[in-house]
Amino acid sequence: MPSVDEILDGKDVCICAGSGGVGKTTTSAAIALGMAARGLKVCVLTIDPAKRLADSLGLKELGNEATQVDSKLFEAQGVEIKGELWAMMLDAKATFDELVARHAEDEESRDRVLENRIYQQISSALAGSQEYMAMEKLFELHSEGRFDLLVLDTPPTRNALDFLDAPKRLTQFIEGKSLRVFMKPTGLAAKVAGRGASVALSVMKRIVGFDLIADLAEFFNAFSGMVDGFQARAKRVNSLLGDPHTSFLVVCGPQGEPIDEAVYFHRKLVEAKLPFGGVIVNKVHYAAERLRDGDGRLPALLEEKLADGDLAQRVSSNFEDYQALAERDARNIERLAGELRSKVVIRVPYLDEDVHDLAGLAEIDRHLFAA
Amino acid sequence: MRGYSHGRWLFLPGPEIARNHPIRELLDKRVVFVTGKGGVGKTTVSVALGLKAAAEGKRVIVCEVASQENASRIFDHAEVGFHEVEMEENLWSISIDPDESMREYVLLQLKVRAMRDMLFRSKIFTYLAAATPGLKELVTIGKIWELAQLDRKVKSGRKYDLVIVDAPATGHGIGFLQTPRTFAAIARVGPIHSQAKQLDRLITDHEHTGTAIVALPEEMPVNETAALEHDLRTEVGVAVDRVYMNALYPERFSKEEAAKLEQLAAAEDGTLAAAAGAAVSEHGRARSQRAQLARLRRRVETPVKTLPFLFEPEIGVEGARELSKRLG
Repeated sequence: MPSVDEILDGKDVCICAGSGGVGKTTTSAAIALGMAARGLKVCVLTIDPAKRLADSLGLKELGNEATQVDSKLFEAQGVEIKGELWAMMLDAKATFDELVARHAEDEESRDRVLENRIYQQISSALAGSQEYMAMEKLFELHSEGRFDLLVLDTPPTRNALDFLDAPKRLTQFIEGKSLRVFMKPTGLAAKVAGRGASVALSVMKRIVGFDLIADLAEFFNAFSGMVDGFQARAKRVNSLLGDPHTSFLVVCGPQGEPIDEAVYFHRKLVEAKLPFGGVIVNKVHYAAERLRDGDGRLPALLEEKLADGDLAQRVSSNFEDYQALAERDARNIERLAGELRSKVVIRVPYLDEDVHDLAGLAEIDRHLFAA
Repeated sequence: MRGYSHGRWLFLPGPEIARNHPIRELLDKRVVFVTGKGGVGKTTVSVALGLKAAAEGKRVIVCEVASQENASRIFDHAEVGFHEVEMEENLWSISIDPDESMREYVLLQLKVRAMRDMLFRSKIFTYLAAATPGLKELVTIGKIWELAQLDRKVKSGRKYDLVIVDAPATGHGIGFLQTPRTFAAIARVGPIHSQAKQLDRLITDHEHTGTAIVALPEEMPVNETAALEHDLRTEVGVAVDRVYMNALYPERFSKEEAAKLEQLAAAEDGTLAAAAGAAVSEHGRARSQRAQLARLRRRVETPVKTLPFLFEPEIGVEGARELSKRLG
């Protein structure tokens, strides 16, 4: 079985992608821990509003700044961190504000943007802005060069495209090309643009309410000086994602639907020419060896040993239930490997204990980083 | 039903909603949002609620948002898209596409055909509709309310007793239900402002609108469910009627039996050891799940109902039907 350290050998960015509820945050933290244990200076970034990463790392609070995780915490779990493990919980709004401050020509235009209500909405609520800010922070940390490896836990998106399209959607919004010319009611462009556009605008005014249009106009005016800076930046962020030193790991579960999504995500990554590293399947049930002549005799054999027919029956049916899940998982993973035409599928077994602490992370690492 | 008759604005009820009635049972409400973090089984619970209400003789529609097709997949049905498609007797499904909702909204708003055509062809409109923060969520919620009306605005619209919404995952979840209020704040005046305000009033109408949170018996999902319940109650102001603790393992073995089986697992090898070991693992998981269940019950105000883990490779409509009998 491949190992995460082999996949990430020579990489400086690892992006963990996948749909919600598959253990992405825990996996990201476990990858970062494993790589730090192998001597790298690693920082794991998450944007999850539910503060799960802090939980996983035993940290009380994570700010928009990287915080070093105390290596001593892991010694008790038998994990020696030869490098350094850092963690950061992303604040999308604060990151956006920093970005505006960087691109603004002066303090006045910065404040005009920061105080604009449309800006306040998009910086925290516009679909894609969280995703984009995660990449933005990743890019910033990467440029600073403070870390050997950055592990990004992507926000839970409804589908893969949401994440990959985020920079494009956001810059398109900020550019507002088709809109800005019409914002100035006396502009020459508005006059020559034709009746369709002006009717559309007046209808929109009627539906949306004049204030929204005015706020949008103000927003675009305030942002106009920054558009070039944003575009250039987005281009560089995109090229970091496609860099050969970046690796995308798709995280999923063993059930049919998460496997379908992983297949879909892999296809999208390949189409977008982004570097695919492998798939990590969490919570896999492993099949046990069956009796040579089938498991029909199992209840009888168990009864012989346990001297309790009822208990033997329950043990047997419990075993059958898990065997059925294990067979499903094996089928799904085989299908996944076939679709991917690659052997880079790492399986993490369904553990007896639910993983939410440092001991759990250390346990996961024993499977991600197989010897 | 009272309160959902002709309103001045589209989707909206008259002003006479009685607010001081006792809280109804979940399925006696008009709209139920099923929410929770990703991967907890929101769609399965939504469909199970739909099956239960349909079995009681109610006409129900299960709504997917953001063009998802999870519900139709459970029924092993072709994608339904932006159409109300009957899945079973009394049970329909629709996948709400925000762009289609926007189109429908405009069609109902603008009576002059030439104006509508011009609008749909206009790049500005497409841009504004796509770029205006929260507009997609707003028109989605607007469509949910349109479905919930007894006097449907859409031509030949069916009347439903209950609209069940398979809401977006937590994170997006609170944001989704908060959209009308947020929007009302941005657009200070105009029709959207008043409609957004009305939609917010409807979301927070405890008599007609309810929410059910789906959780899993694990440490972090329990923490997140408690946080979600708190935010839904205090920040959004919706009624949280139920928390469903989903996928709870059966307690098949007693402590004494588990100890006995542990010995057997150590003494044997091969299949016997594996079977005994599987039983010991199951016992451990069932116990830690019970601890999480107790923790959840301590941390939320809402009554917590449990749903069993289904040992089935994939949960289809029969699995959902099984759960529908245990919704409480």
